[in-house]
Amino acid sequence: MDPVLIRYVREPNSFTLDFYLQRRQGYEGLRKALAQTPEQVIEAVKASGLRGRGGAGFPTGMKWQFIDKKTNKPRYIACNADESEPGTFKDHLLMERNPHLLIEGCLIGCYAIGAKVAYIYIRGEFHHVQLVLERAIEEAYKAGYIGRNILGTGFDCDVYIHRGAGAYEAGEETALLESLEGKRAQPRLKPPFPATWGLYGCPTAVNNVETLCNVPLILLHGVEWYTALGPEKNGGPKLYCVSGHVARPGVYEATMKTTLRELIEVHAGGVRDGRTLKAVIPGGSSVPILLPHQLDVQASFDGIAKAGSLLGSAAIIVLDDSTCMVWLALNLLHFYRHESCGKCTPCREGTDWLFKILLKVERGDGDERDIALLENVAGLITGKTLCAFGDAAATPVLTTLQHFKEEYIAHVQQGRCPLVAPWRAGPVPAIASH
Amino acid sequence: MSFHPQMDYAGAHQRSMRAQPTDDGQPFEYTPENRVRFEEIARRYPPEQRRSAILPALYLVQRQRGFITLNAIQHVAQVIGCTAAEVEDVVSFYTMFYTRPMGRYVLQVCRTLSCALLGAERVTEELSAALGIGVGETDAKGTFSLLEVECLGACDRAPVVMVNDAWHECLAPEAARALVEALKARGEDAVSGCVHKVEK
Repeated sequence: MDPVLIRYVREPNSFTLDFYLQRRQGYEGLRKALAQTPEQVIEAVKASGLRGRGGAGFPTGMKWQFIDKKTNKPRYIACNADESEPGTFKDHLLMERNPHLLIEGCLIGCYAIGAKVAYIYIRGEFHHVQLVLERAIEEAYKAGYIGRNILGTGFDCDVYIHRGAGAYEAGEETALLESLEGKRAQPRLKPPFPATWGLYGCPTAVNNVETLCNVPLILLHGVEWYTALGPEKNGGPKLYCVSGHVARPGVYEATMKTTLRELIEVHAGGVRDGRTLKAVIPGGSSVPILLPHQLDVQASFDGIAKAGSLLGSAAIIVLDDSTCMVWLALNLLHFYRHESCGKCTPCREGTDWLFKILLKVERGDGDERDIALLENVAGLITGKTLCAFGDAAATPVLTTLQHFKEEYIAHVQQGRCPLVAPWRAGPVPAIASH
Repeated sequence: MSFHPQMDYAGAHQRSMRAQPTDDGQPFEYTPENRVRFEEIARRYPPEQRRSAILPALYLVQRQRGFITLNAIQHVAQVIGCTAAEVEDVVSFYTMFYTRPMGRYVLQVCRTLSCALLGAERVTEELSAALGIGVGETDAKGTFSLLEVECLGACDRAPVVMVNDAWHECLAPEAARALVEALKARGEDAVSGCVHKVEK
């Protein structure tokens, strides 16, 4: 299939309004949406089966339908551009090279749910992307696609950027709203869901960048075109981020009929330097590992779920045989320990414990009891926190223990890490206690 | 931070290296331009929700002063109409707000999985050796600070180092020293920027 979302990203000035209008039928989707009623737009998005691209895969049309329409409070679209799941870098490309597609998606979303403002919550580290988006928004204001009486239809809408400041947790939808309100990015108790109690207590739809970028395409090319692109219930184009030990890491667009093996071996050129594949993390750091024999599955929400993992944010991290799996769990737990927002005790304390026990094992100072303790502590986190972060943090430990327990045992028996790859730093420094 | 008695509080692997905001003894007030800029930003939010502008307000402080001081927190609270505690609450949560003076070039090495798989740990080692400072430190002249950062979202261009607000991509460990020299000689022009930008 020809790419739709990222087709022109390598062409000069593809981020400009002129390019968008001339080469991509820019804002035609918006024009078509505004010619329909908001209910019809939601129906079309529902019929397309578009599923959220941020990680959970929840149907976008349903999310919009849940928005409380009877209230007289304002409604909002909050676009989640906090892209911070390790291994994910697709929204970055969309925003930097095709920003008007996102703006158009925000506008259609606002029209569908009756909102007058969309906030794009972009992570603080994407400063260069933010500059491109700001420029695009300014262009769109000047051309009358954003602002008052858009395209002469009487529809008013504003699009604003809100810059985050370095917090993984802000990618969780309620934490994102808290951060937008000028507070710490910590999740809220759900329910109430954002559809009834979101930003400033008003009905809010929180949608991922890639999700909103799909919406203009549905309006432009029609529901049938969209659903035909993928397997049942997994329609539309999909962006995959392939990184790690592959020859050509990058963002690849495909339909969800593609298999994981194709993405890794054909698109990304397979494992680099003639090494062999050890394992694959198919959907960002918080999903279970798949082994080389499990890759002949469709890279769809349902296909990867059947194989025992999750598509998540479609961040495929490829690991070759030089990777120590205890080190991998340690690296990811360093991440989760740093990023835990601290609201729920099991996650705040548990990630700290997991990290420190893993450090002890990786350094070769652990014993069998530590391996059992890891399993125990991870089990005390899963399902006991307000948001999915807790489960995500426990997953790297549980999945490496499930598939590579012998590596943990080797660390304990040999009193050192048996597999220190040349790309790693010297010995892990000692810590005071333990 | 764990509160268990067997846990180590002062060790090298503590989660947070963040210091409390300091009172540098200097009063803080926005420059007139920044004050105007702040009000422009605050208009993006409903009038009764000015607190939403805390993050942008703190970015303005950081651009003006280099880091966030106690007096700056007071000023932001006053301008927004909230308590200083509410502002400090935010400052202490987000990693991109500095509470102490930083070097002219803040180098932040992405240390998370995809970058680490391609040598980020060694990049940090090399940078640390070239600069003569450890992670979390600033050199005596105030030129460089070295930090580690969690996933920047550029895993296809690993290893990535953020230099102030810009990205330097595909930094092989062997090239780390050369980057330091290039920064000394040419400043931020030495940074490769983001590969997606094809219009150079």
